[in-house]
Amino acid sequence: MMGNGFRITFWLFLSPVLLWLFLLIVIPHIDLLLLSFRGESDMGDPIWTLQNYKNFFIEPIYWYTFLRTALYAMITTFCTFILALPVSFYIVKLARPRTRGFLTVLLLLPFWVSELVRVYGWMILLRESGVFNYFMLKMGIIDQPIEMLYNDITMIMGLVYTSMLFMVVPLISVMESLDDSLIEAAHDLEASRFDILRTIIIPHCKPGITSGSIVVFMLALGNYLTPNLMGGKNSLWFTEQIYNQFIASFNWNQGAAFGFLLLVLSSVIIWVGLKVTRQNLGEVAS
Amino acid sequence: MTNDLSVRNIVRKFGDFTAVDDVSFDVPQGSFFSILGPSGCGKTTLLRMIAGFDEPTAGTLTIRDQDMRGVPPNKRPVNLVFQHLALFPMMNVVENIGFGLKRRGMSSAEISKRCVAILERVDLPGYGKKRIDQLSGGQKQRVAIARCLVMEPSVLLLDEPLGALDLKLREQMKVELKKLQANVGTTFIYITHDQSEALVMSDRIAVMNEGRFEQVGSPRELYNDPRTPFVARFVGDNNSWSGEVEESAEYTTICTSEGLHFRARSHRSYKSGTRVDLFLRPEALRIEPKDLTGLNTFKVSVKAILFDGANSRLLTVMPGGHELLVNLPQNRQFDHIEPGASITLGWHPDSGLCFKV
Ligand SMILES: Nc1ncnc2c1ncn2[C@@H]1O[C@H](COP(=O)(O)OP(=O)(O)OP(=O)(O)O)[C@@H](O)[C@H]1O
Ligand SMILES: [Mg+2]
Repeated sequence: MMGNGFRITFWLFLSPVLLWLFLLIVIPHIDLLLLSFRGESDMGDPIWTLQNYKNFFIEPIYWYTFLRTALYAMITTFCTFILALPVSFYIVKLARPRTRGFLTVLLLLPFWVSELVRVYGWMILLRESGVFNYFMLKMGIIDQPIEMLYNDITMIMGLVYTSMLFMVVPLISVMESLDDSLIEAAHDLEASRFDILRTIIIPHCKPGITSGSIVVFMLALGNYLTPNLMGGKNSLWFTEQIYNQFIASFNWNQGAAFGFLLLVLSSVIIWVGLKVTRQNLGEVAS
Repeated sequence: MTNDLSVRNIVRKFGDFTAVDDVSFDVPQGSFFSILGPSGCGKTTLLRMIAGFDEPTAGTLTIRDQDMRGVPPNKRPVNLVFQHLALFPMMNVVENIGFGLKRRGMSSAEISKRCVAILERVDLPGYGKKRIDQLSGGQKQRVAIARCLVMEPSVLLLDEPLGALDLKLREQMKVELKKLQANVGTTFIYITHDQSEALVMSDRIAVMNEGRFEQVGSPRELYNDPRTPFVARFVGDNNSWSGEVEESAEYTTICTSEGLHFRARSHRSYKSGTRVDLFLRPEALRIEPKDLTGLNTFKVSVKAILFDGANSRLLTVMPGGHELLVNLPQNRQFDHIEPGASITLGWHPDSGLCFKV
């Protein structure tokens, strides 16, 4: 009897989640998947076709954009990791308890405003007539304003800024379980700071690094605003290709195919990454 | 004999609080030196300063005649076995043991040779490939010690390494540690709050209280001739009375608060009327002595028999309600004693010791 009652409650509570998953994720995706295989014959009749997928591989600009996007997303992930590691180490191991809370709030604060506002914030700072240029001119460091926007480095910086939190939070949570005496023991056994980082801290934080990296990589790959607004005119992001197909060319079938290619290819990249570092997703999630 | 470690007037303050207060001592090469004290007396703080994790507020610390001021832990010729061992869970046994040697840049052939040798030494041959979580408590203990010993430190520091083990294993490890130290000949500095660990293993013991050293000496000296009331209370079991000095001559005569008159030793002579505490070991009390000459005697009644093999004792009460522990020799001579019996106890004035309170 007990078991039965439990089972009913279980399904009762689970049903909103399942419904949400089904209505908002599964159904639209199935629809998009179907769309991506649709096309027009030479006569203009709707038919089933693989042409949308073929286009991606035939047209160099498409897969070139994808490769570029993936590469830059990886660079973003790596830079975010390099920055987040010392930040989270400081928050967990060095800062006093009260400063800790303050620092964590400080990290969260930028996420209270929308991404659009954040990106415009950067633009106000960096543009030719922006705040940085104004002060550098005043102080005589430069005698002509420099354009700091619209290049790849600024774009990566923007992406790193947007992604920081998603790397820091998992790193903080794994670092909290790192026993200080392990670090001290390594130090006592003649390890240098770099040795400790390499042999103790990073292996211990591996699950957090992996989950943080996956999230940051996916977010960077799927980001639209930052690359679009801060990146250069010739630095196309793959999401812009998708957007163009849907909105500019009004070619929903091609856009849907690109959307699915993005999903599949990014999953493949993550799978390869996990294989190379000899991990599995279950371990990381736990 | 040279000293491996010399500590002079070392002080460590945390704000207003003085955790280690003007401590000086020397540890001769190859000896087993223990620091014994109650929880929170500053033992770990002292050890962390020797290992280099903490800098003294004042005082000097030399290891093999080299001043250690400002030398980081990875550059000191000492190694520390942590209270909770701190074995690296992401590595197996040999990787743990070889960790330090690898940092020295030793070839991997040489490292594995030494790891095999040290595992042999701590009695864990063939355990190299095991993961840390596959080891028992006592095995982890030995791996932690091996990991330090393989570095061939001048001094090995151990911070209550037996604290996490159960009683039976602790007894066993006590003897093993002592044997191991005699075998390898490395200087050990061992921290503990367990007086029996310190007494069994050490060549010399420092008794620490509230950041200060009360007394440094061999286990026998500490047990038989404590210099302060704290040491008398802390090392071994002791019965105590409080009372007043009546006369100070060859022996000090005191009148206890129950009105008994005892003669006992004291380190200095006290004016009559001085308030003192008198300490007496349970084994100094003789039950129904035949020859009473020169003994302090009094009557007590038996409250309980605390049977523990060779450590058996009687719990007795004096008429005023004061409780005393008395050793009960297991030679069958006292088998007739039952709870409630009234017996005479006697003790020689040489075995009691009084201190001014
Ligand atoms: N970083 C610190 N800041 C402030 N006070 C400290 C600090 N470290 C230790 N203390 C204080 O110094 C005293 C001695 O601490 P310590 O850890 O040396 O004790 P211990 O003798 O090792 O005790 P135990 O046997 O319980 O391990 C304690 O009262 C402790 O509160
Ligand atoms: Mg301690």
